Amino acid sequence: MKKIEAIIQPFKLEEVKTALIAAGVEGITVSEVRGHGRQKGHTEVYRGHEYKVDLLPKVKLEMVVPDAFVSPIIATLRSAASTGKIGDGKIFVATIDDAIRIRNGDLNEAAL
Amino acid sequence: MTKFFPQGRAVVYLLGALLLPTLACAADDPTVRMDALEAAAKSAQSAGDNAWMLTSAALVLLMTGPGLALFYGGLVRKKNILATMMQSFTMMAVITVLWAIVGYSLAFGEGSPFLGDLRYLFLNGVGAAPNADYAGTIPQQTFMVYQLMFAIITPALITGAFAERMKFSAMMLFMILWTLVVYFPMAHMVWGKGGFLNAFSGGAVPSFDFAGGTVVHITSGVSALVCALYMGKRVGYPESSTAPHSLVLSFIGACLLWVGWFGFNAGSALAASGLASSAFVATHFAAATAALGWMFAEWIKNGKPSVLGGISGAVAGLVAITPASGFVKPMPALLIGFVAGLVCYFMVAVLKHKLGYDDTLDAFGVHGAGGTLGALLTGVFATNAVNDALKDASGKPAALGLVDGHAAQIVNQAIGVAIAWGLAIVGTFLILKIVDATIGLRVTKEEEIEGLDLVLHGEEGYTMES
Repeated sequence: MKKIEAIIQPFKLEEVKTALIAAGVEGITVSEVRGHGRQKGHTEVYRGHEYKVDLLPKVKLEMVVPDAFVSPIIATLRSAASTGKIGDGKIFVATIDDAIRIRNGDLNEAAL
Repeated sequence: MTKFFPQGRAVVYLLGALLLPTLACAADDPTVRMDALEAAAKSAQSAGDNAWMLTSAALVLLMTGPGLALFYGGLVRKKNILATMMQSFTMMAVITVLWAIVGYSLAFGEGSPFLGDLRYLFLNGVGAAPNADYAGTIPQQTFMVYQLMFAIITPALITGAFAERMKFSAMMLFMILWTLVVYFPMAHMVWGKGGFLNAFSGGAVPSFDFAGGTVVHITSGVSALVCALYMGKRVGYPESSTAPHSLVLSFIGACLLWVGWFGFNAGSALAASGLASSAFVATHFAAATAALGWMFAEWIKNGKPSVLGGISGAVAGLVAITPASGFVKPMPALLIGFVAGLVCYFMVAVLKHKLGYDDTLDAFGVHGAGGTLGALLTGVFATNAVNDALKDASGKPAALGLVDGHAAQIVNQAIGVAIAWGLAIVGTFLILKIVDATIGLRVTKEEEIEGLDLVLHGEEGYTMES
């Protein structure tokens, strides 16, 4: 099993989620995060005081999938999340040791 | 805040015209009929006045809670939202008790030109009967409770200067002492019978302050500056300071302030009269142009007008028009507002950063500066065409401001302003020294970093659990 972590632009969330579900991913966890990378931030001014904002809002999706799914999911993600501009995000893949369903104790691939 | 004889004289005549046919059928004696007529007219007038004044009192309280609480609350960091709102809320509770026991008396009992006496201690004698020295058509209780709302919001305004770093106990002690030492004397001098600055009560320096430009805004604004300088900057200011955590809350607060201000200014006519209408209009007009003025200044300087600028501008205009509201015509009100928007923008967004002091929520930049500007401009634009209550030696309406040909009024205004500044500076400095020496003013550096909501109140404004 592998965990795929994708950090994407917030406005891409609907499109990406739809594509992932269509591709057969059953469980996805989504969180709102802030990120710093090559994309430049911006300056906000409040009553004359300037604040440099270089942590930008992003959305992180996490999903644990069987090994065979990894390549197709990466392709799906790139296709749905990409705009071609800096700030599109990144995908990370890590190995998962165990997966357990809380309700009934199903293990590993059966729990996904 | 003076005794204004009714522009509602028209009400009396109208009622007379309506009631006369009915009464003609009743008792024959014309004297009896006239007496009954006058009583009925007075009663109707009182009812209208009292309804408006009680409503105004409620509107002014709304300005503090939740108006100011939200306006200030949205501007601070999330970890300090509750503590900031609590400062305003506590004034609603503490100042009420102080006023009830001794405050109303010290402000409005006759006493000396500088402070009232104790004739109204524990509100002795303050009931349904009007106090003709102040407002002859409403119960004195109404007048008392209306004035209370002003005493509540004035110290609440100061909290903007030391937001995010003052101990709760120290704040309460400071506010009680400040209200006693600064607010009651200033209110008495400007609005009390025989007050030194009360133009309508034979004051030695007849100044015009319709709803509290000097009494409320200059005293609180200048005191705020003293607090900011004495207490010092927040940890990490200005390098690691943060943006407002919720302009949404501040926006709501500002709109509540704008609407509540109609009670503050138009209610200062102390009657449901033409003067109240005039003050209402002037208030609204100044808020509008001030918002635009601040926004345009930002548009030019930063390339974008901001929401914070718009609402801050509106508040600045409302502050500036406060002393002038019952004395100026609508067009000058537009001008006063616009100038206030520009001047306060400069004070807050340019000068404060240049001078480097941490008046956290710009209590001085908006209230101190706006109040000073408004008080001086009152001397320019005050006209007896709007307010004819002040009579000259021959009994005719006196010339008020420069537009009436009485430019010397500006000097009187300046004296009133100077007294307000002086009292605020000296009083606040002394009180800060006392409170600091006894219980200490600031929370520790660690407490400040952790956040006042948890440290002072054991609460969180926004929790993760749903």
